[in-house]
Amino acid sequence: LFLICRPISNLNKTEHGHGSSVTGIPIVKFKWLHVESPYIIALWILVAGLGKLVIESNHHVTSVIPESALLICFGFILGGIIWGADKVQTFTLTPVVFFFYLLPQVILDAGYSMPNKLFFSNMGAILVYAVIGTCWNAASLGLSLWGCHMGGAMGDLDIGLLQYLLFGSLIAAVDPVAVIAVFEQVHVNEVLFILVFGESLLNDGVTVVLFNVFEAFVSLGGSQIDAVEIIKGIISFFVVAFGGSLVGFVFGLLISLVTRCTKNIQIIEAGFVFVLGYLSYLTAEMLSLSAILAIVFCGMCCQKYINANMDERSVTTVRFVMKLLANGSETIIFVFLGISAIDKGIWVWNTGFILLTLFFIFVYRFIGVFFLTWILNKFRLVPIEFIDQVIMGYGGLRGAVAYGLATLLDEEKIKEKNLMVCTTLIVVYFTVIIQGITMKPLVNWLKVKKAAVAEVSLVEKVQDKVFDHLLVAIEDISGQIGHNYMRDKWNNFEKNWMSRILMKPSVRKNRDYVFKVFHQLNLKDAMSYVAEGERRGSLEFIRNETALVNFKKKFDDEYSEIMPDITADMSDDQGGMSSMRRDPVPCVSLEMHKQTMNGVRETEDINSHHLLQQHLYKGRKQHRHRYSRTHFDVNKDESEVQEIFQRTMRSRLESFKSTKMGVAPPKTISKHTKKDQQQKMSNGKSTDKSKSYYSGDEDFEFSEASESASGCDTSFPMRVTYRAGAGIENPAFMPDLDPMSAVQIPPWLAEAELDSDMVAPSERAQGRLPWTPSNLRRLAPLRLSTHSTDSFVIADTSAIHPPPPKPPGD
Amino acid sequence: MGASQTRSVHKYQDLVDRTGFSLEQIKNLHKRFQHLSGNEETISKENLDRIPALANNPIKKQIVYAFFDKRNQHQDEVGSFEEIGFEQFLMVMSHFRPPTLKTTEEEKEALRKEKLRFLFNMHDTDNDGTITLEEYRKVVEELLSKSGAMGLEAAKAIADAAMLEVASTNVPHMAPDDFYEGITFEHFEQILKGLEMESRMHIRFLDVDTTTMRCGKSTS
Repeated sequence: LFLICRPISNLNKTEHGHGSSVTGIPIVKFKWLHVESPYIIALWILVAGLGKLVIESNHHVTSVIPESALLICFGFILGGIIWGADKVQTFTLTPVVFFFYLLPQVILDAGYSMPNKLFFSNMGAILVYAVIGTCWNAASLGLSLWGCHMGGAMGDLDIGLLQYLLFGSLIAAVDPVAVIAVFEQVHVNEVLFILVFGESLLNDGVTVVLFNVFEAFVSLGGSQIDAVEIIKGIISFFVVAFGGSLVGFVFGLLISLVTRCTKNIQIIEAGFVFVLGYLSYLTAEMLSLSAILAIVFCGMCCQKYINANMDERSVTTVRFVMKLLANGSETIIFVFLGISAIDKGIWVWNTGFILLTLFFIFVYRFIGVFFLTWILNKFRLVPIEFIDQVIMGYGGLRGAVAYGLATLLDEEKIKEKNLMVCTTLIVVYFTVIIQGITMKPLVNWLKVKKAAVAEVSLVEKVQDKVFDHLLVAIEDISGQIGHNYMRDKWNNFEKNWMSRILMKPSVRKNRDYVFKVFHQLNLKDAMSYVAEGERRGSLEFIRNETALVNFKKKFDDEYSEIMPDITADMSDDQGGMSSMRRDPVPCVSLEMHKQTMNGVRETEDINSHHLLQQHLYKGRKQHRHRYSRTHFDVNKDESEVQEIFQRTMRSRLESFKSTKMGVAPPKTISKHTKKDQQQKMSNGKSTDKSKSYYSGDEDFEFSEASESASGCDTSFPMRVTYRAGAGIENPAFMPDLDPMSAVQIPPWLAEAELDSDMVAPSERAQGRLPWTPSNLRRLAPLRLSTHSTDSFVIADTSAIHPPPPKPPGD
Repeated sequence: MGASQTRSVHKYQDLVDRTGFSLEQIKNLHKRFQHLSGNEETISKENLDRIPALANNPIKKQIVYAFFDKRNQHQDEVGSFEEIGFEQFLMVMSHFRPPTLKTTEEEKEALRKEKLRFLFNMHDTDNDGTITLEEYRKVVEELLSKSGAMGLEAAKAIADAAMLEVASTNVPHMAPDDFYEGITFEHFEQILKGLEMESRMHIRFLDVDTTTMRCGKSTS
């Protein structure tokens, strides 16, 4: 790994001379200069990624030392190698690269995945910490350092009061990148997290203003500062902060509007989020407003609408690309923070200055947090506990933003720039590495309330909603205007106006939060249902209560609707069935899954074949279009829920059949089939239908019977059906397996399987072996006729009394 | 008013002990109560129904009913009042009192249980100790009735799914023929274990008189 980066720096130097010495027409030319900068960038990204890979591969280390600290150390090593090769630090983190190419995506991701409700309900506290806390940190640090300087604690330094304050302002702000990196790994409770995290994001406005104001003051010189300038500074704070937020808000709305009408360009709709988000950052920077605030608010505003407007796959894309960019940038930032340290040029050691800075930062952070929390607790409904305050104070991590600002300092005006840069670096290392490592033990030791990792449950979400309305109502009744009242007003406004403008009309009805959770839970269940089925080689299911819970719901309501649906499926199949029968391949592929077959199964397979042809097979076929850039998918109207629903309906039919045949419902399907076949055997070896009987008539009758019978199947508990739905997914693979499986599985093998199962060869096996004489001999019309009358009887009786379907929950 | 002033202060003192509200808060709430009742001694359902801000609340009916529910009076009575006096009004309100820094863990736990009981009572309309599917469905339907074009069917489906969720977490191994009658309070408590109650379900009852801030309404 380390060897990779060595050549970079070497190549960098050596290849300059080689380029021009080529004569004649070269067949292969080595053009390093041509690709130099993109090549180096790509290599750096690769190196950083590989570094992360190595670090993350060992969980024993990362569970003790946070990743950010390890990445910085990795940077030290890389920097050392480069230094050894070049004798000069070629690569450092420049402010331009950091602020324009690395920081925006980290912050955009933070905004996009921000829990809005939590953020806004703690907004007051966050603002107090971000504004007053940061000012306090800056001022106290600057003044204290100046005081110590005056007292002679750090020798001879050419730093004035204003420069101290400037230094204080750049290092005062808690860094969002560092905070995310460290707090992500210690799962503290969400209020504590949002307080630290929100503070780190919002204090950027303050930092930018303080930095600009003091820089202006420094260049003006102490004598020219009067009240007017100070007032201007205070005004500029409001302009910068609110202006930045406003820019972000506008861009957020813009993204929402754009995604509202990107239906026809679904492939690139995810791109708009990133481009417009980045533009909000640049716009704010251009107007000298707070760029971080702009991009945070941009992400926060648009998250709800884009998630609703865009296709589900685009949302997933956005989410993943966002994480990819943010995580990648974060890695590169920390690596480069490490690399930057290995540079002789910047190291100016002043023990007094550096140690005092560290000390003051640490102490004043705690003082600030305790004091502000003390005030806040007088107003907060739920006070912040002492332990949480300690963690908040300890979580005051400084990071790359401070370093970036420090390198922006003008050496002309500030003589001791290098000292400041190197102190900043030490502060960053100290906070990220030392405090980062000790954070987790401290959190455990103090028994800080951790975030509850609970599964989402529908009941809770419903109760949540009840809560909200209840609280508003109580406030209304008691005649007060509180948080809940305001939130309710905002929600109404948002629902009536903003979403009307910003959201597609088609999705508006489904955007209720409870419904969304409901939908997600259903999807999850559907997926686990399929996954479980595939793990077992079929969808034969053991009892699964969670699946049961959610499948149930739709049946209650749409039970009647699906019945004609399936009937239609069946009648459609009548024609296609016989052709499918003659095709030996489905049998082969089913045998592969070691299913024992019987007539009931047969029927079901036809059904499922038809259903799956509609649902699954189509989806598979469409993957062939993937080379097209614009049409990624055509089939989008079938929701998974619907599909699962139909599948389960079918298995429900099956379960009914099994009861009709006198098999107790709790038994598994395999048992049932065995018994069934034994029955047939006792009926005079009549299991077989040779090829001549394969018109499919009998099966069709049977299926009709069972299906009409299941119309009256109300006493049946739903859970039985899940067990019975065996082997449904097999037909889905049939079409693809066609050419291969026919060759691979010889019929005799399949038969042997069946024989070993101690059952008579199923019709499937025999269907494939019409030439076997033994089969012809076993041809038994008697059994067939009884069977069909049987099913006719069932069909008739059930047709006479079709009781209305009743929801099983009643 | 002068003669009754001392009497009411004495009466308030009694309420302070029983509900935990401060004297100022009680005075404020009393003003509000009189405003709502039109200076009557008691308040009826119609009085609460008429509050304009409540008009948009989907579960208004349940909430108003909760005020007249005897179970919410910290006594062991059941049934419902036709009209409630200020004392009962205050009792219901006291469910939403925020905890203070001095509240101990046990007290917090008790508060939580009390609040859960309040919620449970809101669902359990027929007062038999279980929330049946019908009762639960009713609440969910009303709860979701105001949210867009989501149909009654969807609400019903959600209620059913939620109910089954409770059933499956509390009775994990149900025989096929078993029937889950409804959510008991124990199950209710169990399923809402993860719900953040400490920082929720509180109202800030202001010490200062807010009626002046609501200029329009205080004039009557």
